[in-house]
Amino acid sequence: MAPSTLTAALLIARKDLAIEFRTRTAFFSAVVFALLAIVIFYFAWDPTAVAAVDLAPGVLWVIFTFSGLLGLHRSFGVEMADRAIDGLLGAPIAREAIYLGKALANLVFVAAVQVIAIPAIVLFYNMPLAGRAALAVAAIALLAAIGLTAVGTLFSAMAVNTRLAELLLPMLSLPFFVPIIMPAAQATARLLSGRPVSEAASWLKILIAFDLVFVVACMLAFPHTIEE
Amino acid sequence: MNDSTLHSHAPPIAAPHAGTRGGGPDWLFVAAALAVAGTLVRAIWFTPIEAIQGPAQKIFYVHAPSAWVAFLAFGIVALTSILYLWLKDWRLDCVAESSAEVGVVFTTVVLISGPLWGKPIWGTWWTWDARLTLTLFLWFIYMGYLVLRGAIEDRAMRARYSAVLGILGALLIPFIHLSVYLFRTLHPMPIVLKPSAPSLPGDMLTTLLLSFASFTLLYIALLRARYRLATERDELEAEDRT
Amino acid sequence: MTVPDRTSPAIDVRGLTRAFGGRRAVDGVAFTLRGGECLALFGPNGAGKTTLLRMLAGLLRPTSGTARIGGVAVPGGPAVRAAVGLISHASLLYGALTALENVELAAKLYGVREPRAAALRALEAMRVRDRAATPVRALSRGLQQRVSIARAMVHEPSVVLLDEPFTGLDAAGAAALTSALVALRSSGAALVLVTHNLDEGLSLATHVAIMTAGRFVRFEERGALDAPAYAAAYRELVARGA
Repeated sequence: MAPSTLTAALLIARKDLAIEFRTRTAFFSAVVFALLAIVIFYFAWDPTAVAAVDLAPGVLWVIFTFSGLLGLHRSFGVEMADRAIDGLLGAPIAREAIYLGKALANLVFVAAVQVIAIPAIVLFYNMPLAGRAALAVAAIALLAAIGLTAVGTLFSAMAVNTRLAELLLPMLSLPFFVPIIMPAAQATARLLSGRPVSEAASWLKILIAFDLVFVVACMLAFPHTIEE
Repeated sequence: MNDSTLHSHAPPIAAPHAGTRGGGPDWLFVAAALAVAGTLVRAIWFTPIEAIQGPAQKIFYVHAPSAWVAFLAFGIVALTSILYLWLKDWRLDCVAESSAEVGVVFTTVVLISGPLWGKPIWGTWWTWDARLTLTLFLWFIYMGYLVLRGAIEDRAMRARYSAVLGILGALLIPFIHLSVYLFRTLHPMPIVLKPSAPSLPGDMLTTLLLSFASFTLLYIALLRARYRLATERDELEAEDRT
Repeated sequence: MTVPDRTSPAIDVRGLTRAFGGRRAVDGVAFTLRGGECLALFGPNGAGKTTLLRMLAGLLRPTSGTARIGGVAVPGGPAVRAAVGLISHASLLYGALTALENVELAAKLYGVREPRAAALRALEAMRVRDRAATPVRALSRGLQQRVSIARAMVHEPSVVLLDEPFTGLDAAGAAALTSALVALRSSGAALVLVTHNLDEGLSLATHVAIMTAGRFVRFEERGALDAPAYAAAYRELVARGA
């Protein structure tokens, strides 16, 4: 009996995370990149004109996006090295399972980077993040990470087969991250300034709708990017 | 080689439209160019100057129809992309490619004419107004589409990947629209498609409708010319290989 | 019908064609192979042998014609993929994972019972069990090839496709592979063996074919074929640049 789509996806995700855990290069470079960006952003502004705390939500989500991209790039590079992707394609599993597995591993990767990056921003920018606001930001981060990995996993599968691999992934994905960064930053800013959750509601709705639409659309599109 | 057995997966080796190749001017294009020129002449000399906005308002007769054509072009990209993934017919991919290129040209016109209009009216070249920002992102998405096409050697892979991007791009547009709309908007509200009677004076409305018609004709002419180029390139590539 | 059955021919290929752009890499290939038979396929580089195998493995969609595995057309569903094992030019392995992890992952993806025991058996059959805990990228090319073969055999496929499997193997590895292939054949599996090496191919085969420019120019039963005469005919065909 061939494994179910979910079982196969979990097998593939665990395999990807095992590979990442062995090499750890992508993870460390993403974390160092995020920390560097946090520091450099601080010095790019005049602290007497703009308070760090006003800057923080924007910085948070920009860094979130770019450090996420760093991990996504490696996702299908691993499959192409010795055409291991052919091994997955030849196995009696649904193509969607391959997409789900890769996306799941990417989600864990992005989340792991954020677990370090977000507290670092809170610390360096003196963000008043505690209690309910912290919980809300964590929830927004999860929603944003789902959308980011849904689109990024698909584009990573495409970019790896092109001549401009490293350049093309950000070029294709960044416009798609606009409806992630904008709602996430706006909702965070409102929550941080102590406004009621209802004011962030319409932003959160965009984020949730984006996740739903693009997880489904990318999963349906994925077989077309790998099958000849 | 026997062409009759070729499945639709392969590019057409025998030209299905050999009669249209070469010689003679493209009459459709000539007609479209004349129509656009006529509309502009009418807009500049024979349409009254808008009382509040002054002569700058005339840019509207280029700006608005270009925006319409850009949306039409990207709609065609999405439609042919869906159909390509379903039917795997090369011609659909050629239409998508051509429409994306023409659409990017018209988007560029929107992005240039918008600030030209905005400077005297709003007092600033660029505003992060919802619809102008959306147009800017349209330009980014479909420039990405064209770069992606250029970065893939394999003909079939190029068609599949760009079809995927063509569909996802169309899905993205409402989300960007919603985001930038919530962010801020100070663009004039649509004036023609209001449920009540159009608020534009008769002469101006006629000119505007004529500009929509002539720009649409120009789009069709450009699309057809670009499509021929695409299919002829495919034929040449096919001949090279055999 | 989506599940391969044992009464239909293991492999049944008719008019199979695959075009890349206008070039036909495989052009109207037809043959039938039953369980327990082995086709040795010879041909120069670029003859289309790898493209043929990739179509049989369901990795490449035919442009026209059909290939059936146990009566089911490829690329079909999961059931037909489960029947096939592919040994490709590339190892299909993850360098960062150990030999055992690679083979065990394949066993799990194919739904093999007791995947670890099956993986160890497959590694044992290829005589690399002592390297089970070594990351694949630390293994030599020949040992990687053995692990790759173990990966392809772990689910006991009824059709095995081998693309130059002897490349890089030393005498011990080649012997392990040969006895594994003999065991597979006697258990009723059908094999397609692509190779440059006539001696290896002829020793295992029940059928032999020569492929040039996408076509089978010779296809016959191994039977009483005179090996030296066949080798001479092959060299002449290749030298003619067919």
